[in-house]
Amino acid sequence: MSTTAMEFDPRIQEAQVLPPPHWVEGHPSLAQITDDIARPMEGRPGKGWWICFGIACLGLLDLVGMVTWLIAKGIGVWGLNNSVGWAFDITNFVFWIGIGHAGTLISAILLLFRQQWRTSINRSAEAMTIFAVMCAGLFPAIHMGRPWDAFFIFPYFPNQRGPLWVNFRSPLVWDVVAISTYFTISLVFWYLGMVPDLATLRDRAKGGIKKFIFRVLSLGWNGSHRTWARYEITSLVLAGLATPLVLSVHSIVSMDFATSLVPGWHTTIFPPYFVAGAIYSGFGMVLTLLIITRQTMHLERYITMQHLDKMAKVTMFTGMIVSYAYATEFFSAWYGGNLYERYHFINRATGPYAWCFYLMVLCNVITPQMLWPRKIRSSVAALFIVSILVNIGMWFERFVIIVVSLHRAFLPSGWGMFYPTKIDVGVLVGSFGLFFTCFLLFIRFLPMIAMWEIRGVAGHGAYKMALSSDDDEEQKQEEAVIA
Amino acid sequence: MTASHLTSSPVYGLMAEFETPTDLVHAAKGAFEAGYRKMDTYTPYPLEEAAEAIGAHHNRVPLICLIGAILGMCGGYSLEYWVSVVNYPINVGGKPFHAWPAFIPVTFECAILGASLATVFGMLALNGLPQPYHPVFNSPNFVRASRDRFFLCIESQDPKFRLDDTRRFLQDFHPSEITEVPY
Repeated sequence: MSTTAMEFDPRIQEAQVLPPPHWVEGHPSLAQITDDIARPMEGRPGKGWWICFGIACLGLLDLVGMVTWLIAKGIGVWGLNNSVGWAFDITNFVFWIGIGHAGTLISAILLLFRQQWRTSINRSAEAMTIFAVMCAGLFPAIHMGRPWDAFFIFPYFPNQRGPLWVNFRSPLVWDVVAISTYFTISLVFWYLGMVPDLATLRDRAKGGIKKFIFRVLSLGWNGSHRTWARYEITSLVLAGLATPLVLSVHSIVSMDFATSLVPGWHTTIFPPYFVAGAIYSGFGMVLTLLIITRQTMHLERYITMQHLDKMAKVTMFTGMIVSYAYATEFFSAWYGGNLYERYHFINRATGPYAWCFYLMVLCNVITPQMLWPRKIRSSVAALFIVSILVNIGMWFERFVIIVVSLHRAFLPSGWGMFYPTKIDVGVLVGSFGLFFTCFLLFIRFLPMIAMWEIRGVAGHGAYKMALSSDDDEEQKQEEAVIA
Repeated sequence: MTASHLTSSPVYGLMAEFETPTDLVHAAKGAFEAGYRKMDTYTPYPLEEAAEAIGAHHNRVPLICLIGAILGMCGGYSLEYWVSVVNYPINVGGKPFHAWPAFIPVTFECAILGASLATVFGMLALNGLPQPYHPVFNSPNFVRASRDRFFLCIESQDPKFRLDDTRRFLQDFHPSEITEVPY
């Protein structure tokens, strides 16, 4: 017991020969990490934040106005017609759900793969998931025509409509269950991950209402080792559950289309194709958000160029899967020999909506190829432009899948065109308003970087390498021999 | 137990504060070897070594997760079966009432939902959260346990706990501060 830190020092130096990868720039102390991350929440927000927030609030106001008008007048104010019964609404729904998937991928799948670079970005990516799923959930509800009856889609008990239940053999009901499960789990995962940080904020708060709120939210967390042990197991288990969940959610979304007979929808490739597209678009959005946050909140030390580089690589990889899926769709249309399927794909590339198709190819097939040179991956401006293009491309992908398939169905007598109205565009813009308002409030009032996880990887992790138990025993034996 | 009652003043325990995780693990190991059992470390991030030093025990979170998954799975499938076959059998496109392949997605989602919620609430229950009051917060510098300091608290409930001896014992590990934690 007489030897203290001396016993460990030599091995700590040994560990520095092979340093663990660094995901935080410089060597901030534990106190400094806490201060840096808590600063945006404790000070007053800068001009950049106010400008963004003002624009986002205008978008939100637009959404409220448009949706009110829509509910008052009915969905005829959209450009929908008998041929094209699903258009902007379902496009937006699939788009927003897809955005959410990158958050779960970062927080769950990368946790299972022990990718430590996720620690700086997982919290904001999870927040993004929640806000994106909120935006997504809005669209099926307002598309119902009678949104006040939206609860009919949930099986509930006691059922006061007599024996009148949802049809569990329909993918639309699977979708309801999948999305609500996904939202619940994402919310729980996000909140639970925040509890230790809320405890930090509670301990930092001087008093008043802020302290009270953080006291309640942090559940009396004290950081004892028993709590931490159960907490870490819980995180792992939740990550293990969220991984198949996220894959199932977009698979089920794709089944809304794939189980129908409409040419362009009725293919078995849809589930993996949709999941890859979701991750691709989600990483595009994560890049957009983190570049904005990093610049406006001055967190360059924690969201480093290495992080942006990694995300760019995932974007490029999933972009190529998406490109491959496009090629496969065309190949099977040609090789499958189905007249309607073949016509659909010819129409996709040469019909009235061909410009949407080419825009989609430009953004989703060609843009990711731009990310090969390191120069582009290390330029914030270039990455920002790429991320915006990815978002545009993926929105148009869903538009092409949904509208182009519907406007030329089997019978020429049922053919038609869809032209968006002002309300269509207004609701789409408004959903961005809702999303960004929520996100900006989040980065203002909650810790947008997981402080406790950063503490673990910020170089203090060297301790773990230095102290594996085998080394410890060897050292003791050596000491015994010397003695 | 009687001995501890005789010697202990109304304190929850002795709290030693360390500046580095290395010092904390060292002290925790020392205390464990010296026979102390009722103690806890408080750290700003999970420190597996500290848990191991004190003698980590298995935890029951994964079992709770499994039970939740099974309940969710059975609940989901039963609901679908009862709704589609018993309470409201309706012919949709000639599909059988008990179309088990079509029931799988919802069953799967319910299993995930049951497992996740059981895990989270199970973890909170095992940890005794939410916890409105805990004596460790009476220690004046304890606010730094969620920031940059590492704490070891030997509780007065421990049979080996003697206020003076334990204080002397902890002193050997050169903590930056030792405080008595009142109830």
